[in-house]
Amino acid sequence: MRALLIRRFIYMVPTLFAISLVSFLIIQLPPGNYITTYVAELSARGQSVDQTQIRALEERYGLNDPVFVQYLRWIGGIVMNGDFGQSFLYQREVSTLIWDRIGISVALALATIVVSWGLAIPIGIYSAVRQHSVGDYVFTFIGFIGLATPNFMLALIFVWIAFAYFGESMGGIVSPEFADSAWNLGKVLDVVSNLWMPVLIIGTAGTAVLIRVLRANLLDELRKPYVTTARAKGLPEWRVILKYPVRMALSPFISTVGWVLPTIVGGEVMVSIVLSLDTTGPLLLQALRNQDMYLAGAFILVLGALTLIGTLISDLLLAWWDPRIRHAQAEEA
Amino acid sequence: MATGTDPDVVLEVRGLRTRFRTDHGEVPAVNGVDLTIRRGRTLCVVGESGCGKSVTARSILQLVEPPGRITGGQVLLHPDSRAPADGAPAAAGADAAPADRPLDLAALKPKGKEIRRVRGRDIAMIFQEPMASLSLVHRVGNQIGESIRVHNPVSKKEAREISVGLLGQVGIPNPERLIDVYPFQLSGGMRQRVMIAMALSCEPRMLIADEPTTALDVTTQAQILDLLADLQRRRGMAMLFITHDMGVVAEIADDVAVMYLGNVVEHGSVDEVFHAPKHPYTRALLDSIPRMGGPRRDRLPAIRGTVPDPSTRPTGCVFRDRCDAAMPGLCDTVDPPPIDVGNGRLVRCLLYGGAEGRSPDPQAGTAGDDPRPASPSGKEAADVDAN
Repeated sequence: MRALLIRRFIYMVPTLFAISLVSFLIIQLPPGNYITTYVAELSARGQSVDQTQIRALEERYGLNDPVFVQYLRWIGGIVMNGDFGQSFLYQREVSTLIWDRIGISVALALATIVVSWGLAIPIGIYSAVRQHSVGDYVFTFIGFIGLATPNFMLALIFVWIAFAYFGESMGGIVSPEFADSAWNLGKVLDVVSNLWMPVLIIGTAGTAVLIRVLRANLLDELRKPYVTTARAKGLPEWRVILKYPVRMALSPFISTVGWVLPTIVGGEVMVSIVLSLDTTGPLLLQALRNQDMYLAGAFILVLGALTLIGTLISDLLLAWWDPRIRHAQAEEA
Repeated sequence: MATGTDPDVVLEVRGLRTRFRTDHGEVPAVNGVDLTIRRGRTLCVVGESGCGKSVTARSILQLVEPPGRITGGQVLLHPDSRAPADGAPAAAGADAAPADRPLDLAALKPKGKEIRRVRGRDIAMIFQEPMASLSLVHRVGNQIGESIRVHNPVSKKEAREISVGLLGQVGIPNPERLIDVYPFQLSGGMRQRVMIAMALSCEPRMLIADEPTTALDVTTQAQILDLLADLQRRRGMAMLFITHDMGVVAEIADDVAVMYLGNVVEHGSVDEVFHAPKHPYTRALLDSIPRMGGPRRDRLPAIRGTVPDPSTRPTGCVFRDRCDAAMPGLCDTVDPPPIDVGNGRLVRCLLYGGAEGRSPDPQAGTAGDDPRPASPSGKEAADVDAN
């Protein structure tokens, strides 16, 4: 097992390197750079820009250097000093910008996972075991609505309802009165009370997908002979279902649980924008739009790293969950 | 044939009907089956695929899954005649049916407590594919121990000790080690031994074996059959053995029930059925087995035609279209009742009676090539089973 872990970590190094290279190149692909975007914006507003000033800025940030020189400077700073560079747009350290927002992103992602799994697993089991029952049809109907409605649309509807009927302006996870205060119990409670709506909005589609997947998997498993064997032993029906087919049906979930990690940073951009949540998603969008290359590059690199780590976590969980995989890995190692 | 007083009878199936609801109406899979299973004896139910033998076996323990359901008949589990001195009877007798009367399993709810108490404890079952019938992600010891603990108040540790003993009894080498492996680490034969150990864990009075050797290679098959026969003899268990293999029947059966399209067409002791088959279907089945040392023939005789679709059952005898002895005008109108032809043998064929007052179509006079000329008429009238 340890050999396997070490090997997987070693494989990660070249993968991450490739991700960093490709992501940097992609950021450089659109013509121009942050300065030209900036200039275009200024002249759109009718302001003129001094050419020498532009050249001075380009010189200062090394934007005229060849791409690979820029790349080496960037990746060198990350590897040597853990320095992700400066954001042009915000004129701050990239790492502080991201760190400032990561807390809320993590809280939102975890809360969404807990809620959607907590809803989807019992509903999925019920829908499969009572296939074609009224309850199954009701959940299927709701699930399809959840699937078919884009999350940002739901968010808009919620904002409108909150404003039109309750006179409340939705937005933000931290209420204004707590915005600058340090973390204390009041602020935590405030965050929790503001969190449920985004969680619900973001969770609907995910929950619907999970219900459908679990229902389909479980329907396949319920007919397998090992279920009949368990019944023939005289076990109570609920124990038969939970111990055997549900266990098998959950395997695909375990194998995708690691994908949650990257969504913490990059997920639900549109909902966050609509609800003006200070998560990392809108920051990523801004960075890409403004060709804020160090910020965008850092984001993509982090997303790549989290995907790799998430996949590893999934694989380890799956090995723990399914002895067949554990043994196959043990033989391989 | 009802032998309510026979202390050896463990289970009686009377007029069992199981139907499957489909988009094209109800399809009868089991259409009035009678079976009697006795202590220490093996009843083989033999027939082609789709004849309803597996569904019969599953119906006994209410294990038929929707859209299938039992629509008629009785499955009578007779009270344990061996003085039940295991401490349990008082508790079991208090909330179950009175211990001195047979319990009708067909009348119980498929997910209820009563049938669950019978499953695994009175009647255990093993299945065709040991690979698919065991959970591959639970350890062998876990799965056996679970079946012990569901019916007996023992600790996990005790259950484990019992399991090790059982694995030893079914011929698994090094049971202390193998109790902790997963089924996918075992060979097919070993897996079936694990299944058998699991089935025997609560010392059932009866074992239902649903084609337990079909998925195994011939050598393993022989070993498993020997093991089952040996365990049955030592424990005095009743066994209901489902198979399509006449060779297996010859090896293991005491009694045989031949099934065709949801009916038992012939029932009797293995010697009688093999040496003097009565029903044309049984004769055809036995003729189509290759024999070593017998006269060399170019082709094996096969039964012509195919099994009719159970959803469109023909009138009269369901075998008549494939039968060489069919009597036009008779076989297509009269549904043959079970006829007792002596020695406890039952045959559902009009050749042996059951069509009194009607005569074969005179036009088609010469019925077939060898109709085994009309059974001793007059005698059978008295023998027609009231059921």
